[in-house]
Formats: sequence, structure tokens, C-alpha cells
Amino acid sequence: SALPSMATPLPPPAPDPQFVLRGTQSPVHALHFSRGAQAQGCLLLFSGSQSGLVHIWNLQTRRTAATLDGHGGQCVTWLQMLPQGHQLLSQGRDMKLCLWDLAEGRSAVVDSIHLESVGFCRSAILTGGWPHWTLAVPGKGSDEVQILEMPSKTSVCTLKPDADAKLGMPMCLGLWQARSSPRPLLLAGYEDGSVALWDISERKMCSHVTCHEEPVMGLDFDPQQARGISGSAGKALAVWNLDRQQALKVHGTHRLTNPGVAEVTIRPDYKILATAGWDHRIRVFHWRTMKPLAVLAFHSATVQCVAFAPNGLLAAGSKDQRISVWSLYPP
Amino acid sequence: MEEERDGSSPERLCGEVLRSPQTPAWPSHCASWDSRPPCSMDPALSVVRLAVQEAVHILSSSEDGGHILSTLASLKRYLSDTENSALSGEKEEFATVHFSTLLRSLASKLSPDWLELLPGGRLEALWASFFLEGPADQAFLVLMETIEGTAGPSFRLMKMAQLLARFLREGRMAALMEAQCQQQMRPSFPVLREMLLSKVVGLPDHLGNRLQRENLPEFLPQNYFPLLSEEVLRVLQAAVDSLQGGLDCSISFLSQVLGKVCMHGRQQETLDVLVPQLTTLTNSSCLWQRVCWRLVEQVPDRALEAMLTGMVEAASGPEVLSRLLGNLVVKNKKAQFVMTRKLLFLQYRYTTPMLQSLLGYLAMDSQRRPLLVQVLKELLETWGSSSAIRHTPLPQQCYISKAILICLAHLGGPELQDSRDELLASMMAGVKCRLDSSLPAVRRLGMIVAEVVSSHLHPEGPPLKFQYEEDELSLELLALGNPRLMGDSASEAGGPSLAPATTETPTETPAETMDSKVLRAQPEGSDSEVDSDDEFIPYDMSGDKELKNSKAPAYVRDCMEALTMSEDSERWEAALRALEGLICRSPEATREVSVELAKVLLHLEERTCVAGFEGLRQRALVAVTVTDPAQVAEYLTSQFYALNYSLRQRMDILDVLTLAAQELSRPGRLKRAPQHSHPGTGTCCLLPLATAQPGSTAAPDWRVVVEERIRSKTRRLSKGAPRMGAAGSPNGFNSVAGYFFFPLIQHFDRPLLTFDLLGDDQLVLGRLTHTLGALMYLAANTTVAVPMGKALLEFTWALRFHVDTSYVRQGLLSATSSVLLSVPAQRLLEDMPDELLEARSWLADVAEKDPDEDCRMLAVKALLLLEKLKDKLLTSSP
Repeated sequence: SALPSMATPLPPPAPDPQFVLRGTQSPVHALHFSRGAQAQGCLLLFSGSQSGLVHIWNLQTRRTAATLDGHGGQCVTWLQMLPQGHQLLSQGRDMKLCLWDLAEGRSAVVDSIHLESVGFCRSAILTGGWPHWTLAVPGKGSDEVQILEMPSKTSVCTLKPDADAKLGMPMCLGLWQARSSPRPLLLAGYEDGSVALWDISERKMCSHVTCHEEPVMGLDFDPQQARGISGSAGKALAVWNLDRQQALKVHGTHRLTNPGVAEVTIRPDYKILATAGWDHRIRVFHWRTMKPLAVLAFHSATVQCVAFAPNGLLAAGSKDQRISVWSLYPP
Repeated sequence: MEEERDGSSPERLCGEVLRSPQTPAWPSHCASWDSRPPCSMDPALSVVRLAVQEAVHILSSSEDGGHILSTLASLKRYLSDTENSALSGEKEEFATVHFSTLLRSLASKLSPDWLELLPGGRLEALWASFFLEGPADQAFLVLMETIEGTAGPSFRLMKMAQLLARFLREGRMAALMEAQCQQQMRPSFPVLREMLLSKVVGLPDHLGNRLQRENLPEFLPQNYFPLLSEEVLRVLQAAVDSLQGGLDCSISFLSQVLGKVCMHGRQQETLDVLVPQLTTLTNSSCLWQRVCWRLVEQVPDRALEAMLTGMVEAASGPEVLSRLLGNLVVKNKKAQFVMTRKLLFLQYRYTTPMLQSLLGYLAMDSQRRPLLVQVLKELLETWGSSSAIRHTPLPQQCYISKAILICLAHLGGPELQDSRDELLASMMAGVKCRLDSSLPAVRRLGMIVAEVVSSHLHPEGPPLKFQYEEDELSLELLALGNPRLMGDSASEAGGPSLAPATTETPTETPAETMDSKVLRAQPEGSDSEVDSDDEFIPYDMSGDKELKNSKAPAYVRDCMEALTMSEDSERWEAALRALEGLICRSPEATREVSVELAKVLLHLEERTCVAGFEGLRQRALVAVTVTDPAQVAEYLTSQFYALNYSLRQRMDILDVLTLAAQELSRPGRLKRAPQHSHPGTGTCCLLPLATAQPGSTAAPDWRVVVEERIRSKTRRLSKGAPRMGAAGSPNGFNSVAGYFFFPLIQHFDRPLLTFDLLGDDQLVLGRLTHTLGALMYLAANTTVAVPMGKALLEFTWALRFHVDTSYVRQGLLSATSSVLLSVPAQRLLEDMPDELLEARSWLADVAEKDPDEDCRMLAVKALLLLEKLKDKLLTSSP
């Protein structure tokens, strides 16, 4: 509770990236940090490129440790490590979701799921009941989300909005389970700019709020505060919260200089968040107050994805084929 | 204050001396050494003559110390005032007739042997006492005479010099001057006085010449003149005392001393002592003030200027000056000329505080104020004269401008009322000429002075406001125009009723401070949101601007279409921003439409406010020109002399041609960073050279470039290293230089309806000469350089005596330098020897006489290049 000082000091100049990873030779569409199992906790960064390759970067040597080619040259849009640390999920535009076994230096597809949709929507997982886990993928119908029970690949349900709701395609997904209840919940952003909360066990939409005028491109959720944020193709970020009746309410919006947010990610410690901007810039906000903290103008083309590492490192992948890695406000 | 004292001053106190008749012109018949007072004919006084004759005889012949001592001691009674002293008539005869004779024979006897005739230096003490106690003027003259007449370093010379030093130490100079002042009341000998005066003032010179390295510290000017000043003050004090005692006295000798000292250039040493003392003395006594005024009034006319400049320099403010000089400037024509014309119009070396003293002095008395109004009129007239603007150096223009502003600060509205129209007319003329000038400093002077003048002449009307950059000079000038600050500058808080024109400003300033307080308070209030997460300090986000390249066309043709047709301003701007990159990436496609594209760009006007529009357009034009030099240069040069273009466009053409030529002759010089520079810094990667601001700041860059080259070359010469080839790579400008150069140089002397280079559009002419010089320089090592050089020398020859704008002359000079740099020396001498000779005499003339300092420098540089050329030929010929 320091008093505001009389003279506002000049803000420090925008920081430079800690380092830049080059060599994907293709626009970067997905990023994911993980502690590699085989390298004794060495931090790895997975990147998915438009050319269909997944690069595994060793952040100590800052070089690719391996390259995975399993999507037939089609864009890789989503990457997720499973909790035990040697299985990687990758989603591609070839309508395939691949499960890779990376243990002991292997790099083989051990399983794959055929997706019914070629859309933009990234999948989501919930790993609460390990070894069983839940997977949400865009469904067959253009407005559907399919929930699968893994690893058995059993289709649990298909979440389809009412026919007259006209939400359009799901654009982004977030699976989440409140501590107090065993029921998994799904947050989905739709093409019409609305965010909906689904109760998976009851297969019904609990709440629905329209917070954007353009399609929702990315969302993230903070279960501690029951508050989430979404970015769209438009010029605003929306912060919404979930009340005790599980109703979504718009808490506020934050206007951006340029339209288009490809992805929104809150840091694992829920202190700051980052957005990937179509205007080539990464924006960093203070999560609680939504105070803008930094505008990182390093990339020369659309930033497609942002990811935080458990240690707070921020990575951003861009259409300019570079991945910038930043260390801001270390936790 | 002065006036009051003036009015109520008791005539009784000061009347005598001030009413005392001016020193009459001396009748020529009494101007002789030997003319004596009538009383010397009295036979009874021959006693004195006999005594002196005997003494002189004994001095010359006797070897008996005791005898000499007693003889001299007996003569002492004619000097002393003791009880056994002689009758006053005898004393006077001794002093006026025989004293010098005696002193001379005393001086001639001086030798070590003679002094040792009596032990214990008794003889020497007595000997010296004659010099130190007798009439000071004669003693001084004999001392000086002996010192001058004594050869080389010798015992006698040193003894006499030491005696003179003692003479000075014991205050005999004051006695001398006082005696002269008293004699003034009676008829006296002007030749003697004149001689005395020159000896008194010239003492340091005489002694310095005589004693050379043996000189004594007392005789050094820095010691002697302060001493002399102290002595003058003592005499003045005596004069004041005698006035108080009701006695007449004159101080005209002191005035003459003061004048002569100042004429000898010793104002500083003298007045630095005199002025502060007089300042305090005159402050407390009106008698002193009268004496002081009399002192300066009686300074001879020919010395007035030296004295007055010294006074203005030494006085610490207008009050002091006013107290010391009184109304001298009204009473004396010469003083008036010096103060109101010479110091203001003919010289400009004085500092601003001196100007303030001078003009403040004029403002401080009702009798002098009309002079100030007159001065202001004349200043403004000079300020507004176009010929003065062109022919006077910038520092002098600044000086006059400052003087105007100071005058205005002193003068109130009613006083200006009568001459308002006249002043306005001068001001308008001056502003017009100045705004036409190509020098930013001159333009700025015009704006500032116009603002202040108009605000004084029309305080009630809407204020005139120009836009100009505020630099040190402009702030100083604006402060001068503010009378409130003027008052502070006076060191003495003497005058409570300083200037009548201090009414309007105080109302403004409190409001201003209030505003700033409010502004400062605001952020405090709004920033009160307390942030608990102190570690999250935001970074600078000022670079977060809207992105505009979303609509950028991808092809040159599309760009052209967007620029001509598009109604969408965003697309239009995006096209403009993308154009340069597209041209560089697709030269083939550009060549197909190059001239058309150049036309579009040349006529492009800023539709909406686009940041950096000028730079974008210029870079695109340069890129087109570089891609297809022959075609585009031909088009651009033809348009330069075409009808219906604005000056701006014509100057753009010149800038583009030079930049393109530079790029062609040194590829990569202008290259930008990779095409998609990231947006954070994208806005600031402008060209390093010649980003034209509206105005005329681009061309001087060229001069810098050329000068830089010249400097590097010259330095190489001074090291004596052989000349290296300027560039190792082929000059891409080689094949196309002619397209750039010759069309430009051909038509300059044919005025168009809208465009007259030799008339009003001299700014463009200046830019043209600079451009031609730059093209010439860039054409170094090309085959076309020789005909180009010849043409350019002819061009400069034609303009040398036609122009009086310094900017054009600078262009001509740098063009001459580029010819000397670019054309091979051999060819220069073979093909254009006459032109070279002519250029040389012209350069020498400019280097010596040009009013513009930059011109002189450039001419000197060009001369150095010519010298270098000569050296090179001499070394290479054998």
C-alpha cells in the first residue's frame, strides 16, 4: 500500500526477448511448454508449424531436440503434454489428433483420433482422474463439441446448442473441474462472439453470455477467482466471471489498439496474462486489475500463439516463423 | 530621482564650479615656455636668482659634501612652509622660474660617487626631497625628461626610475593634477599642459620602452592606471571639499586625463576603479554628482566615444549610468551620436546587459526619452530594410533585434502612439523580408520581433502568434521584450518608478502559474489507484500504434491505382507506405510504369494527415528514379522548369535528384533495413539524409556532405599522403549523370510566368546551386565530369555578382569546391584555365569581404582545394 509518488517516473523501455528460436521455416501455430521426462526436468518447448511439423526445443541449448512429422504437411494447431510427461497430443488440420510417445527418445505415434471437423477450434483436455482423462474436440456437426473418454476413446457425449441459438462454430474450448464438485465443465467460445458454459455430465448449457461482436478466438479461465478472459477477432478483450449459480457475467472489457487476438493465456500463477495479437504484438496485462503492462513489438507478422512455462517464461509463435521467448515479471 | 535632485539642488553649493567659465581658448602669444608672471621683473627678487645660481655652481663644481648639503638645505626654505621659510613672493619666483633649472642640475649630478660624498645617504635624502616636495608638475617633467634622456641600463636611470616610483607612491600625481586644476583658474601654458597630459597618460609606455626588462611594477599599465584613477578620485574629493568651502575650482584637467586615458584604450583598468567608487559617492551626495557630470562633460569630444563605451561597459546598470553621465547625451552632440547611433548601428559587439544599460539610461530621464523613441524608430527602420537584412551579418541583426525589444520594454503605449504607423510600416517590411529569407534564424528573428512589436503597438488587439522552435536565443529575446524581467536585471534596487510600461504582464503570469498548478495536481488525483502488486511496473507502451498495412497493395501498379483512384484513405496510406518496398523488389515492373509513377508521386498531395508523408513520398520517388534513372531524371528535370508547379514541388524535384544520384553513385548508402521492419521502430527508420522538412532544412544537409568530403580531402593533403581514388567500385551514376545535370543547368536564366529563379525565387536558386554542386561531386570519376565541371563553373560565374542571398552564394561556393574535387586536375588546367583564374580571384574576394561567415569559410576551403591542385601539379610534373 505505497502512496503514489509525486512524480511519475518515466516507464522503462519495452524489454527485448530473452532469446529467439528460429528454424521452423514455417509459421508457428501452436506452442506448449513441458518438463521433459527423459531430460531430468529440463524444460522443453513444443512448437507446431504450418508445415505440419512439431519441433521440440531444448531451452538450455536453444536448439531443436527432435522433430515430429505426423500430420502430413498440414498445419499443427494444438499441442498438449499428458501429465505423466512422455506422451504428447498434437492436433492438425489433417483432421487427426495424434498421441506421441516420446519416452526414452522415441518419437512414434502410438494412437490417433480422427476428427470430424477441420475448423479452427483447438481441443482441450481434463486430466483429473488419471489415468483416465477427458478430451474435448470439435464435433461432427459444425456447432458441436464432442467429449471423449480417454484413453478408451469412448464418446461420452456431444454438446450441441439449441438449434435456434445460432452460436455458430465453436472456436475455442476450455475444460475444467471445480474442486467442490466432481462434475467437469466446458467453456466454449463461439463464432458469434459468445462464451458458453456447459455441464458435461448433464449435457446442458448452464450459461451463455455474448461478450464479443466478432468470433471468439481464444479464452482462458482462472478457477481460483472463477473468472475468465476471452479474445476475439474484434478490438476488445472480455473478462467475465462465474457466479455461484454458475451464470456467466461480463465483468468488463478492455479495448485494444488493433483488432484480432489469436490466443489468450493466463500464467499458471494467475498473476499476468498474455495475448497473441494479429497486429504482430504480444500484450501483457496484470490479471487481477487488467492493467496493461507491456506491448512487445518484436514480431513482424501475426502472432499466432502464446504459452507460459511453469517457471513463468513466456513464448510466442508468429507467422514470421520465429518463436520469441521472454522473461517478464518472474514469479 | 535625479530629476528631483536636479530641480531642488541648492545653487549655492554647486553653482561656482559649474558656472565657472569654460576654459578659454588660449591666446597664442602666451604659449611659450619662458613667459613669466609679471611680478618676476621685481629687482628685489633677484636674491632668489643669485641663490639658485650659486647653488647650481656649487653643485657642478664642489666635491665637498658638507658644503653641498648646506647649500641645498638653504634652498629648501623656498619650498617648505616652516617658520624660517622665505617670503611668499620669493617662493613663487623660485617655484615658477628656478625650480626646473635646479632639478635638472640635481638630476645631472646623480652618480654613486656624488651620493657618497656624505655618509648615511643624507645627501640622497635631501636630493630626493626636492623632487618629492617641490611643485609636482615640474618635478614630474624633469623626472620623465631625465629618464628619457638617460642612456641604457645605468645607475642613474634606475635611481631616477625608483624616484619616480616613489613619486607615484607618495601621491604626488594627485598633487600634480590638483595644481593643474587650480592653475586652470588662471591663464596658463597650453603646451606645457598638453605635454604634461601626454606624459601622465603615456608614463607606462615611456617607462616600458626605457627600462625594458628592468621595468618596475609601478609602471605596468595594470598597476599604473588604477593608481592614476585613485589619484583622480582624490583630486575630485579635494574639489568637492573646496566647493563645500565655497571656493571655485575646475576639474577640466581631470577630464582631459580621463579622456586621454580612454583614448589610449585603458578604459577598463581606469574605469573599473573609477566607476564603482563614483557610483557609491554620487549615490550619497548631489555635490559629487555634479562634479561627476562636470567631469564627463569636459572630456574632449575626440575622446568621448572611448570614454562612453568604457562607461557603458563598466556601469552595472542604467541607474548607475544615469547617475554618472547625467544628461550628457542631450547636452553634447558628439555624445548623442555615440550613444544613439554608433553603439547601436555601427557596432554590435556589446553584450545584452550593456545594451540594457545604454537604452535604460536613455529611458530614465524625461529629457532623454524622446531620444529613445527616435532610436526605436531608426532601429526598426534598419530592421525593416531589406538591404540591411541581406548585407548585415546575423549577429548584428540579432543585436538590433535585441535593442528593439529593450526599447519596447521601456516605452509605454502613449509614447508610441504618435509614431505607431511609422513603426508598424517598418515592422511589416522587415517581417516580410525576413520570412522570405532562407535562413531559419533570420525568419525566427522576424517572427519574434514582430510578435513583440505588434503586442506593444496594439496591446488591445488579438495577439500576433507565429510558430517557431524555441531555442536559447528566442527565449532570450522574448525575455527582453518582457519589461518585468528587465527591472530585475538592474543590480541596484534604486528606482522604484522604473519604466511606465509595466502594467500588462503581471495579469498574465499569475494565471499561468495557476494553470500549471492545476495541471500538476491532476495526475495526482487520477493516479490514486493503489496497486498492491508493486513489482508489476508497466513498460513503455508509447509505441503501441494502430497498424495500417492490412490494406497494402502487393503490386506497383496496384499501388499507383490506389494512390490515384482510391477513396479509402487507409488504403491510400497503406499504398504509400508500401510503395518504396515494392519498387525495390520489383524493378522490372517499376520500369514499365516509371515515368507515370513519378508523375503520380510528384503531384501527390497529402489527403489526410499521414505521419511522415513527405518522407514516404520522397523515398518512393527516389526509389523510382534509382530504378529507372534515365527516363525519370529526364522527366523530373523537364518538370523543374515547367509551368504550374509550386516551389515546394520544384524543391522536391531537386532533393529527389540528389538523393537518387547519391544512391546510384554509392549503392547501399540509402538502403533501408529489411522490408518488414518490425512495427515498434518502424516509424523512425527514416533516411539519414535530406528528409525534407517543409521549410528548407534539407539542402544544408548537402552542404554538410560536401563539406565533410572537402574536410576529409584537405586533411589527407596536410598529411602529405598521395591522393587515393575516391571509390573502388564502378560509379553507377556514370552513365546517367548527364540526364540529371544538364537539363537542370540549362534554363535557369529564363524566367517563367510563375517562376523566376533570378528574381523572387532565390530560395529555389540556392537549392538548385546546392543540387548542382552535389551532382557534380557525385559524378567524380565519371567521363562526363569534365563537361559538367565546365558548365558548372560557367554557371557559377554567371551568378557570382548577381545575387545577394548568402544561401545562394554558399551554394555557388560549394559547387565550385565540388568542381575542384571531381574534375581531374589535369583536365581542369588544360580545359578551363581562365575559369580557374577567375574563380580564384572571386574566391579570394569572398573569403575576405563576404558579410556571411559561412560563405567566408567555404571560400577559404575552396581556395585550399585550389592550392592543393597546384601542389599536386608541381609534384607530378617533374
